[in-house]
Amino acid sequence: MEEYKTITQVAGPLIFVEKTKPVAYGELVNVVLPDGSVRKGQVLDTSKNIVVVQMFEGTRGIDKSCSVRFTGDIVKLNCSKDLLGRILSGSGEPIDGGPAIIPEERIPIVGAAINPYARKYPREFIQTGISAIDGMNTLVRGQKLPIFSGSGLPHNDIALQIARQAKVRGQAEEFAVVFAAMGITYEEAYQFMKEFERTGALERAVVFLNLAKDPAIERIITPRMALTAAEYLAYTYDYHVLVILTDMTNYCEALREISAAREEVPGRRGYPGYMYTDLATIYERAGRIRGRKGTITQFPILTMPADDITHPIPDLTGYITEGQIVLSRELHAKGIYPPINVLPSLSRLMKEGIGAGMTRDDHKQWNDQMYAAYAEGVDLRGLVAIVGEEALSERDRLFLKFADEFERRFVNQGKYEDRDIETTLDLGWELLSMLPERELTKIERKYIEKYHPAYKKKTQGA
Amino acid sequence: MEVSVGEIYRISGPLVVAERLKARMYDLCKVGEENLMGEVVGLAGDKVLIQVYEDTSGVRPGEKVVNTGLPLSVDLGPGLIGNIYDGVQRPLPSLKEISGDFISRGIEAPGIDKKKKWEFQPLIKKGDEVKAGQIIGKVQETEVVEHRILVPPNVKGGKVKEVYSGSFTVDETIAVLEDGTELRMAHKWPVRIPRPYIEKLPPVVPLLTGQRILDTFFPIAKGGTAAIPGPFGSGKTVTQHQLAKWSDARIVVYIGCGERGNEMTEVLEEFPELIDPRTGKPLMLRTVLVANTSNMPVAARDASVYTGITIAEYFRDMGYDVALQADSTSRWAEAMRELSGRLEEMPGEEGYPAYLASRLAEFYERAGRVKTLSGEIGSVSVVGAVSPPGGDFSEPVTQNTLRIVKAFWGLDAKLAGRRHFPAINWLISYSLYTGTLGEWYEKNVAPEWNELRTWAMSVLQEEATLQEIVMLVGSDALPESQRVLLLVARIIRDFYLSQYAYHEIDSYCDIRKQYDMLKAIKTVNDWFYKALEAGKTYEEIEKVEGFDEFMRSKLEADYKTAMTKAMEKMKKSLGV
Ligand SMILES: Nc1ncnc2c1ncn2[C@@H]1O[C@H](COP(=O)(O)OP(=O)(O)OP(=O)(O)O)[C@@H](O)[C@H]1O
Ligand SMILES: [Mg+2]
Repeated sequence: MEEYKTITQVAGPLIFVEKTKPVAYGELVNVVLPDGSVRKGQVLDTSKNIVVVQMFEGTRGIDKSCSVRFTGDIVKLNCSKDLLGRILSGSGEPIDGGPAIIPEERIPIVGAAINPYARKYPREFIQTGISAIDGMNTLVRGQKLPIFSGSGLPHNDIALQIARQAKVRGQAEEFAVVFAAMGITYEEAYQFMKEFERTGALERAVVFLNLAKDPAIERIITPRMALTAAEYLAYTYDYHVLVILTDMTNYCEALREISAAREEVPGRRGYPGYMYTDLATIYERAGRIRGRKGTITQFPILTMPADDITHPIPDLTGYITEGQIVLSRELHAKGIYPPINVLPSLSRLMKEGIGAGMTRDDHKQWNDQMYAAYAEGVDLRGLVAIVGEEALSERDRLFLKFADEFERRFVNQGKYEDRDIETTLDLGWELLSMLPERELTKIERKYIEKYHPAYKKKTQGA
Repeated sequence: MEVSVGEIYRISGPLVVAERLKARMYDLCKVGEENLMGEVVGLAGDKVLIQVYEDTSGVRPGEKVVNTGLPLSVDLGPGLIGNIYDGVQRPLPSLKEISGDFISRGIEAPGIDKKKKWEFQPLIKKGDEVKAGQIIGKVQETEVVEHRILVPPNVKGGKVKEVYSGSFTVDETIAVLEDGTELRMAHKWPVRIPRPYIEKLPPVVPLLTGQRILDTFFPIAKGGTAAIPGPFGSGKTVTQHQLAKWSDARIVVYIGCGERGNEMTEVLEEFPELIDPRTGKPLMLRTVLVANTSNMPVAARDASVYTGITIAEYFRDMGYDVALQADSTSRWAEAMRELSGRLEEMPGEEGYPAYLASRLAEFYERAGRVKTLSGEIGSVSVVGAVSPPGGDFSEPVTQNTLRIVKAFWGLDAKLAGRRHFPAINWLISYSLYTGTLGEWYEKNVAPEWNELRTWAMSVLQEEATLQEIVMLVGSDALPESQRVLLLVARIIRDFYLSQYAYHEIDSYCDIRKQYDMLKAIKTVNDWFYKALEAGKTYEEIEKVEGFDEFMRSKLEADYKTAMTKAMEKMKKSLGV
């Protein structure tokens, strides 16, 4: 390995090295500091004159006397089944005091794109036990469904509840969990770790930790490390893997920092113009592949700066993922857990995962009706604020009540309450029965007669 | 121009700078030891700037660059239909065969199968005079597509010396001209150059889509252009898929440009199963897919748009109506922006290159209804999805697109949030084709069509005005006649405009059914007002019997019977 002492410039997380042999684009670089410690970096731009390297662990302490080693290799993760149960740093080094990972295979962390022709459309219903998800925005195996949260909202509790309760009905296999923390606090990470230990989930989990105190630029590789581990487990060992990435906002901040250091023309709010493409190379690593057993389901979590869903981070994420679960500060303030606002939430893949044989025959139309009724009730709240409830017609008052009950009884549930899909759907029917039957125009007669409490009682009585 | 070899000077993501290379703009190059595909996008001093269509990790300065001297071209001929391509027309099934489930680099695969034999039936004979673009024979490519074999538009033509019939591969000679020119079933065409035609024709026939809000209120003409902008999750892709499924076009070209892999998989899994209501055969038999998903190399996104439109023009030249969907043109624009940034060009608005507007215009200009070189009438209709950041339509891609296209279908996050689909906002959308297409509707659907349409739209507009008042005083305070109007508007919205893509029956609504439904609404409207005049209160009218059955009747296979039955009930209950 050749060594150079030709650093000419250090700018933010970047170093510029001159007069090298031809260095490959994307090559892994080791920089040796005067005290003998080694930092890792990656080539961002390479030419016959100068090489630009982004340093994952920052450039503090780096000066022109440091020696730079180009490894001739690109960044890889040591993959093995033994990753399960291990805790690694954000750049893939064990930090749990356990032995080094003996690689069965060393895999580049920049995953190649799945050929769309090789994909299989996700359609297996995952029951999370959370009504606002299972009933309204159903998750399927192989989907990428982020949680759009805000600071101080209980997104971690929800992620944990999902990791704890998620199951595909009729199948005993549990999910393996790959958890990647990017720039979250020790306290938050501790909450996850403790819960994983308590439930025994740690044994089938791989944890990558880049905490708030850890180098920011490392966050660029943490999710890619995590997804490489997930792919290895899914495609080599047939695991169904649930990947939790938190907090993607910190990832994007790191991306912006590098872009600024490179003096690139900034896009919206200073984030680089290629952030969409960059995020896509992370999120698109979810899915199912024909002829392979394992799957990758992604749960990225991000906090929307100032709760603004049009901020580039949630915006570009929403443009890539297959829907989103949006948390609401208002519902949280009302004491509702999980504070999921179903109106801006969406699961694009639910249509293939619900219905007879998967959830229940009435689910699709039930879903349309629940949405329509809740949306109408929420709209009326605006009116009530101005004209008072007295000015409402009888019909309107019923919809208003529906919206309240929907939040209080349907969305609201315990952190350890695991509702099966029938319970969720029946609860919905109970709420729908508050409305005049003639308003249920989105549901066919046969389902009304089968599931509407008014008829159900009759048939049971008879 | 002959092949030239140079070497790599610099690599920065998808941009590679080469030196000691002879090159012209848009020459196709093979970059590095792995022969990655790239295209010359700039010449600066002794350096050549190349955008590379594949990932450049691991490539080093000093490696060779070979300039083929040819522009980026596509293979056109039998074998296109039913295929799925990446942005540079490599068939994804071939890539899977060669490199497995993940796409690796430096793979070459021809755009159409070179080994397959097709049954060629000549339409010319020895001694005939043929000219550029002329149809000289045909091949039954799929059950529904007769692939017409053309003299390439860039071949001069002449007297036919020899013509063969029988089974041939696309590269075998099927005819020879007096001057020695050999004609084959396939030819190449450079993607950035529009294929020639004789003249453009006025857009007077609608492209029927089976989507009520589009066909009735905001139609697009065959050969027309439309944009469908909207925030994430508002229904761009679903609408584009609906157009690909149900448009009354002979050929559909769908370009997935920088979007999700699963959306292409969905098409691949669904289209072979779905039946075209017009031919009774699977939709895949008329469809060509171009898929350059968001995680595939960004430079190839730029190419995918040109690849798609060139294929569309090719089928147009056979005298077919082609519908092209591009989802999403914003990702293409972003690819331009990224490359422009790396080229260190002076940025225009929001970092997009200054030539954004002209590139968009050039693309949409390739749409049109034309008289082809062979004298047939063919068309390419183009619908582009636009993904504005934050759903804000004032951004450059949306604005520059709206300056060109003639129909605007504006999606609305609020409608999507309450699951009113398609979430096309009827108050902001428009179509400049309604005027020129009016006559067609009157002749082919019903003389009163335009009248009904105008009436329904006026109810919706009146509703919007009244809603503002309702928000201040409540609906109780309105006069009864206005409350009836609100009720009718609700019927138009929920019964007519709302149309679930995933409903087995309602997904597609032919123009006859659209007329029946519209007419039924008008009839019910008239009954309501008659009942009101006869002394019924609004509350009584609102609770009219048969209302819910009426609203659901469109979902029945035999909607007519269901609708008539419900209307009889309503009529009786209203006492009119
Ligand atoms: N006509 C429709 N019928 C039924 N559902 C629809 C319709 N249009 C949209 N939807 C619903 O809205 C969801 C989002 O639609 P779609 O994927 O087309 O959004 P998009 O605008 O393409 O978003 P993005 O920009 O993120 O790709 C769909 O998954 C579907 O649930
Ligand atoms: Mg889309």
